[in-house]
Amino acid sequence: MNAVFYLLAVLTIGGGLAAVLLKHLVHCALATTVAFSGLALLYLQLDAQFAGFAQILVYIGAVAILIVFAILLTRGSDLPQDGVFSRSWSVGFVIAAGVFAVLAWAVMQSVRAVPQQTAVPAVTVHDIGNALVGRYVLPLEIVALLLTAATIGAVIVAMHENGRPK
Amino acid sequence: MQESAAFTPQFAASAITGILWLIPAVPMAASGVIALLKQPRRKLAASLAIGSLSISLLLSLVAFCHVVAGWAHGAVVREVVDFTWFRFGSSAVDLGWVLDPLAAIMMLMVSFVGLLIFIYSVGYMAHDENFTRFFCFLSLFAGAMLGVVISNSLLLLFMCWEIVGLTSYLLIGFWYQKPSAAAAAKKAFITTRVGDVFFLLGIVWLFAQTGTLLFYNHGVGSLEGLALVNLLAQHAGLGLSAAGAIGLLIFAGAVGKSGQLPLHVWLPDAMEGPTPVSALIHAATMVAAGVYLVARVYPLMQIGAAPHGTTVALTVVTWVGAYTAVFAALIAVAQNDIKRILAYSTISQLGYMMAGLGLGGVAVGMFHLITHAFFKALLFMGAGSVIHGSHEEQDIRRMGGLKADMPLTFITYAIGMLALCGFPLLFSGFWSKDGILEAAQHWDISKVPFYLLVFGALLTAFYMTRQVCYVFFGHARGHGSAHESPRVMTLPLAILAFFAIALGVIGTPAWPWFRAFLENRATSFSWHGFTEPGLGLLMLLSSLVVFLGLGLGWRLYGNKSPKPEAPDALERSAPWLWVPLRDRLYVDEIYGVTVIAFYAWWARVADWLDRRIWGGIVAAVAWLFGLWARFNRFLDVNWVDGGFDKTCEEFSSGGGLLSSVEGGRVQNYLRILAAAVVALVAILLWSSRP
Amino acid sequence: MTGMTTPLAGYLLVAALLFAIGLAGALVRRNAILVLIGIELMLNAANLNLIAFWRYGPRPELLTGMMFAIFSIAVAAAEAAVGLGLVIAIHRHTNTTELDKINRLKG
Repeated sequence: MNAVFYLLAVLTIGGGLAAVLLKHLVHCALATTVAFSGLALLYLQLDAQFAGFAQILVYIGAVAILIVFAILLTRGSDLPQDGVFSRSWSVGFVIAAGVFAVLAWAVMQSVRAVPQQTAVPAVTVHDIGNALVGRYVLPLEIVALLLTAATIGAVIVAMHENGRPK
Repeated sequence: MQESAAFTPQFAASAITGILWLIPAVPMAASGVIALLKQPRRKLAASLAIGSLSISLLLSLVAFCHVVAGWAHGAVVREVVDFTWFRFGSSAVDLGWVLDPLAAIMMLMVSFVGLLIFIYSVGYMAHDENFTRFFCFLSLFAGAMLGVVISNSLLLLFMCWEIVGLTSYLLIGFWYQKPSAAAAAKKAFITTRVGDVFFLLGIVWLFAQTGTLLFYNHGVGSLEGLALVNLLAQHAGLGLSAAGAIGLLIFAGAVGKSGQLPLHVWLPDAMEGPTPVSALIHAATMVAAGVYLVARVYPLMQIGAAPHGTTVALTVVTWVGAYTAVFAALIAVAQNDIKRILAYSTISQLGYMMAGLGLGGVAVGMFHLITHAFFKALLFMGAGSVIHGSHEEQDIRRMGGLKADMPLTFITYAIGMLALCGFPLLFSGFWSKDGILEAAQHWDISKVPFYLLVFGALLTAFYMTRQVCYVFFGHARGHGSAHESPRVMTLPLAILAFFAIALGVIGTPAWPWFRAFLENRATSFSWHGFTEPGLGLLMLLSSLVVFLGLGLGWRLYGNKSPKPEAPDALERSAPWLWVPLRDRLYVDEIYGVTVIAFYAWWARVADWLDRRIWGGIVAAVAWLFGLWARFNRFLDVNWVDGGFDKTCEEFSSGGGLLSSVEGGRVQNYLRILAAAVVALVAILLWSSRP
Repeated sequence: MTGMTTPLAGYLLVAALLFAIGLAGALVRRNAILVLIGIELMLNAANLNLIAFWRYGPRPELLTGMMFAIFSIAVAAAEAAVGLGLVIAIHRHTNTTELDKINRLKG
């Protein structure tokens, strides 16, 4: 499994890097999609099948499309004159590197504290469904509300003035 | 002559002595009231002045009669009233007044002559616009002079003395718009001040030695027994006892006031004042105050003398008097201003008085003072009448022939002139001057004063004849015709002329009443007085001298009326003599070169000091302050203001700096967030290391 | 599944790296949409962490990690929608999507 893991890791990380570093916005969106898919495969490898497929459906199927639409609507295909990176880009990279360093340090420190290998959990969709309406019914309802609100909000925000939808 | 009786003082103050203080106080009060009057109220001012002096005359008369009554009963009259002015520590300063024969005679003379001159002034100053002010000062003078006379305390005498000097200054400079008058007033004041400095020293010394300034104080006064003996016992160097030294210091004050030799320069210039002023102050009373002062402190000067000898102090007095007499008489010969001749004559006669005091005692000097007061006042007032009648002309070379135009003035003037010359037998001046000559003849120290005084008598006759010839004889050389003066002016002349003759009676050797009165002895009329050895010869000699002077004068000036521009007869014959005499023997010039030049130099030095040194210091301090102010301003502008401004700028820019945090740029916020999280987590992890 | 299994740390490191990359993108790129992409990457990294911990955790049958991740996906999607809507609205107003130019909230 190591090799698969490394492959998937490279895919994901590479997608992420590409998403951040490429110049054309559309290329970035596509690279993001690649990163999403890599992640979905990683979920599958982690025996979280539901999460993996949910990832594909939602992220690649909806979020990535949304991003592309947004790029289209904001004419993101035009390249800005001054370059795609802000003027103080090195500061951002340094901070990001700092964040990675801290996280890595935390991980490496706790290596001994957490079991690194366990048996495969026997989880079915049936169980997930039961959990959703059983133990996690409240978050479920709230998320439903949230999604409703988000939908309405997104519509209103993106609407033209004078109340006319585009 | 009888010996003086035993000294039995009469202490009880009679009624008149109790109110004696009114005599000077009433004229002074009148002066104060007149000072508040407006100028047009002339009648009121004159009435107040004359009325107040009449009251003083009345009171003086009463006091005089009281003293005479006491004398007639053989008692020694000396009544005092003393009171304490203030105390300091254990000492006290007392003031008071005294009534004795000397004071009685003097105050009677002062108030009587003063009253006559007041009445005369009503006519003389009738055309002057400052009539009221004149009477205010005159009244003040009369009050102060009477204060000098009755004072029993040397301090009170000095205070009144100074007021007398002040009023003299005010009256000499009465027409102050004239620069010569103002200068003369200043000169008078300053010159008498020089004498007064020594006077004050004498007062202080006396007080220090005896602890009292009262003359007579029931035996413990400074002129009485114990104090005198103490003063005599102390030696003051130069062969003087303390008494003699103090006496000489006081005499220095008299030298200033009475115009004796070194300090006589102010008297001729004082003729700038109106003629009544010259008559009253500079002939009869104020200048006599010096003589009176010496008479008052005579015990101080006399103590220690052998029965027929004399003291150093009195010798000095005699010499000063004798030289002054001749000096002034010489200068009077060559003067051309009618009043100036009389002024020098006054100085000369004052010298006679001083010499009389030194040679023969109080009575001799005082008798001449009294007679001189009358005939000199008469002469001055006559001169005033002449000036008034000649339309303010004062140069005798421009007068003449007034005998016919002003007969009454002429007659009275002639009487006064003869009295001054000492015309034998009829006139009081003869008897008083002879008294002095007799005393000089018997002086043991030297006969020189005698010869000087005789020579002075010759000169006196000569210059007075010259003056009378110029003014009254010959023909008129002035402009305009002269007219006789009004009655208000000629009546006092007549009264004074009467006394110029009559007063001789009380001083003749046949009946030496004056001397007896002053010395508290009895006396009676007796022709045997004339049989004293040497007296007849002396009377003959003095008469001859007078006739010689009169004759010489008549010979040279007679009925001739030289033109004003022509040189004087004496000048023609002896110009080497004439010029220095006319130029007043250069005394003023000497002063100008020495004393005045020194003072001018000193004033320049003081001015230089003031401007350069003190002024420089002030300027330096001011410059330092300016420096300090500029420094402060620099601090203020640059540090305080600048600091404040800078702080505000920093705040602004700090605000600007801080506002850059709120850049409104989301990514910056994100960065800060991320960095903060990194920091926090790092801290957390670091603290929980195993 | 036998053989060498990947240790938990591996997944965690991948997640951390992805998170850092996402953060870098959010901090460095000018375009607002790319900031949102970076945020999505960060969220995904967190999801990966959750799943990894669920898998290697003590009681996977409780489904805690899985539920967390699923809810996270849902919320992230909603948030992406709203965010992109906002970007479009801003673009309509200011005609730009560059963050540097959208600083009307400047203090």
